[in-house]
Amino acid sequence: MTTLTWRYRGGVAARTLAAVGGGYVLTSIASALLAIALPLPRADAVSIATLLSFVIYTCIILWVFATGSALRAWTGVAASSAMLGAVLWIVGRMA
Amino acid sequence: MKDGLRQSMAWVHTWSGLLVCWLLLLVFMGGTAAYYKHEITFWMKPELHKAADAPSRVTPAESATLAVRELQQRAPKANAWFLDLPNERNPLIYASWTNPPKKGMSREERRAAFRTQNFTLDPLTGEKTAAPRDTRGGEFLYRLHFDLYYMSAIWGRWIVGIAAMFMLVAIVSGVITHKRIFKDFFTFRPKKGQRSWLDAHNATAVLALPFHLMITYTGIVTLMFMYMPAPTKALYGSEQNTMFSEVFPNAERVKPAKQFAPLADVAPMLLQAERVWGAAPSRVVVTNPNDANARIELHRPAGQQLSNIEPTMTFDGASGAQLSGPKPMSTSLDARAAIYGLHVAHFADPLLRALFFVCGLAGTAMVATGALLWGVKERQKYAKVVANGGKVGFGVRLVDALNIGAIAGLPIAFAAYFWANRLLPVEMAERTNAEANWFFIAWGLAALLAQIRPTRAMWRIQLTLGAAMLAGIPLLNAFTTDTHLGVTLFGGPGLRPVATFDLVVLALGLLLGWAAWWLGRKAKKQAVAKQQANPAQQPPLEAA
Repeated sequence: MTTLTWRYRGGVAARTLAAVGGGYVLTSIASALLAIALPLPRADAVSIATLLSFVIYTCIILWVFATGSALRAWTGVAASSAMLGAVLWIVGRMA
Repeated sequence: MKDGLRQSMAWVHTWSGLLVCWLLLLVFMGGTAAYYKHEITFWMKPELHKAADAPSRVTPAESATLAVRELQQRAPKANAWFLDLPNERNPLIYASWTNPPKKGMSREERRAAFRTQNFTLDPLTGEKTAAPRDTRGGEFLYRLHFDLYYMSAIWGRWIVGIAAMFMLVAIVSGVITHKRIFKDFFTFRPKKGQRSWLDAHNATAVLALPFHLMITYTGIVTLMFMYMPAPTKALYGSEQNTMFSEVFPNAERVKPAKQFAPLADVAPMLLQAERVWGAAPSRVVVTNPNDANARIELHRPAGQQLSNIEPTMTFDGASGAQLSGPKPMSTSLDARAAIYGLHVAHFADPLLRALFFVCGLAGTAMVATGALLWGVKERQKYAKVVANGGKVGFGVRLVDALNIGAIAGLPIAFAAYFWANRLLPVEMAERTNAEANWFFIAWGLAALLAQIRPTRAMWRIQLTLGAAMLAGIPLLNAFTTDTHLGVTLFGGPGLRPVATFDLVVLALGLLLGWAAWWLGRKAKKQAVAKQQANPAQQPPLEAA
């Protein structure tokens, strides 16, 4: 049996959290922005954005586990959430 | 994760699959059965079989007229009437109604009342059929596969949704990690232990890959506005109901005028719809019957489009004049409905439906072989420990036990549900709940016994029991009803679902029986080999 180091275990836990929780937050922000950005009647925009959100979520989860380190995964998810979140906030203020 | 993309994806595939596979087995089996939920319900109500034997001699327009006449006597002041007319999948006329809710009635009470507000007509005579036994039939299995049971539907839907998301991740990462996807499809190396399970897992997964990917994604889409509310929040704020009314175009609800007006004859409306669609309506909904604001809505039968929202034709119930229906949907709304429609497959003709069923079974096999593969692989790490008389790790033991409880135990639970339907007294109180309880009693016992002794012998016992219970259903049916295979195979087309049900459960039972036999033979061979090699040692317990 190979024993797993605590460092490895911590990395897995951090990535899992980044994928499930961070990924959901980032997906929510991205799909909300997409819904606003689509030049369609809102019933169509909300449908397409929600349909695509699960594709986005899947890609984020896979990227979090594929990228080099847990730190990179967290930085990526957090930075894109912050950036898109800021855009969403500004768009919300203008509307 | 520390290595290349393929290795990290293999890791994601293993763990996202393993963590939810036992729940996915339940969802896959329940959902696969749900493709035939009407047929299962019909099988579970043997009192209706007699009426379905002879082919229907009345036209849909006449059926509707018959049912409306009966409804006028039974529920002239109802909120709405619902009629399901005979078609290929349904040999009888089903009618039900909703009453204006009484003050202080809880949701449960309203639902209980609704379950009593229905009747079934024999399309041959127009007479009411014998009252069927109280059962939820295939509806229980359908609901089970996304609502679960013994918890609120919302909880069940979140749990199943999260499991489905894991499954989606498992499928995509599984494809990425799989470099020989085409070649492996043609590769099967039987009787080679781990390699064989891997090949079986690859074959069942790759064979029906488009189906697995489709059914998982579209399954999430059926409840997508609940799982991902952010886009709705962004465009509609807190007015979620406005979104629903815009995305799901229903004919607008008309309030009753509280003024009596005799209901127009429905027969000419059905004939007109049949002329336009080339097929008779399958469903008639009458809202505010006998009121000046009565509306009659006819639904086109499924089978001509992917979308699950069938076109309707609306008539003024007082004057009989046709009204303009809901406006046609935009392309993206139609696309959403088509993606939803792909999941529920109302459009499928008998052959395509059978193909969906087989793909569902392949999905079940994919999940099962994947779960087994983990156990087999992990066990190898303990090969030396076991050889020296030690025990396998806690994780392997737990997974083995869960595998037995789910893969061998669930067929027992399904069979127990059908046995309970035939054996519980017809007049029993709370009969529908008792049937469902037997599903979980059987499953619970199987899972518990598997936890106590997760051995190869347990595999064989449970597989054999499941095989006997499933294959025994046609026999049970022969002893408890008049519509056994000897009758149904030679009866009218209305009895075909009953015959098919018996034959399919028999075939599934034989399949499980074969698995049990194969396991037994393998155990014997290994025992003989071990004894020859080392007569003093007991053969170690090992799962398949």
